[in-house]
Amino acid sequence: MRVGVVTFPGSLDDRDAMRAVRLAGAEPVALWHGEHDLKGVDAIVLPGGFSYGDYLRAGAIAARSPIMAEVIDAANGGMPVLGICNGFQILVEAHLLPGGLIRNDHGDFIRRDQRLRVESTASAWTNGFTEGQEIVIPLKNGEGGYIADEATLDRLEGEGLVAFRYLDVNPNGSLRDIAGLRNERGNVVGLMPHPEHAVEAGFGPDTTSAMRSGTDGLTFFTSVLKQSVLN
Amino acid sequence: MPTIVVEVMPKAELLDPAGKAVAGAIHRLGESRITDVRLGKRFELHVDGEVDDALLDTARQLAADLLSNGVIEDVVSVHVAEQAAAGAGA
Repeated sequence: MRVGVVTFPGSLDDRDAMRAVRLAGAEPVALWHGEHDLKGVDAIVLPGGFSYGDYLRAGAIAARSPIMAEVIDAANGGMPVLGICNGFQILVEAHLLPGGLIRNDHGDFIRRDQRLRVESTASAWTNGFTEGQEIVIPLKNGEGGYIADEATLDRLEGEGLVAFRYLDVNPNGSLRDIAGLRNERGNVVGLMPHPEHAVEAGFGPDTTSAMRSGTDGLTFFTSVLKQSVLN
Repeated sequence: MPTIVVEVMPKAELLDPAGKAVAGAIHRLGESRITDVRLGKRFELHVDGEVDDALLDTARQLAADLLSNGVIEDVVSVHVAEQAAAGAGA
């Protein structure tokens, strides 16, 4: 399986995302924001960072970059697309997921190992988890406050589209503790925390068994492989 | 050269952490009568030629689709800037 990772000007975590794809057993393919070529990939990751300097709004300019025309078409056609942090902001700005992301309510950039509850396993990127499973992956953002109007929030909850919820601490003021969403079809998932930073023992969050041994993020990338086998 | 000004503000009901931080700084400087600050954006679109209704409509469309995100922001104003007193010293 070939998984494309788009590099925008200002992407930071594209290499980490490619490494996560490789560790999961798929082939990472570098994609470039300024082109219209998806290079025949089977899935796409929009990585974290500060695309186009986050000028205008986080993710706003990236959502209108040349390759996003193809990404939006592919997503609407059912291709798995994962947006991580800035990638989540891009998905929201591209209207592939509803709502908006605003500056953290406390005003500070935050970095922590974040405990999450997996609320939905009905997606290409979460089918390897179990419903209600608690995972820990790193979080690092300045504009991670998820907002939407009450009607949208009720719809997201009612249709089971909340994919992840913050546990212990709501790190940014996100409404209803929402950390990540999936779309109705389950092929598009976006979240603020970073699964690609928890894919290899020695480099992830601490666990009770050993320092930096957390690899909960790997399941995102193995899930999409499983999805492609199912298809 | 005419300029179209687009002003965008965070929605009134939304917490504005940036504005809150600025208000904090104002209070530290000793001004207590200013109770709150909200921080928005002003875009100046420079136009080659005349601003007609069609171009203003385009600007309104851009303001709604690109310059603001309707989920979190309101477009407060789209208007043609008053020509600054042309010619320095006038």
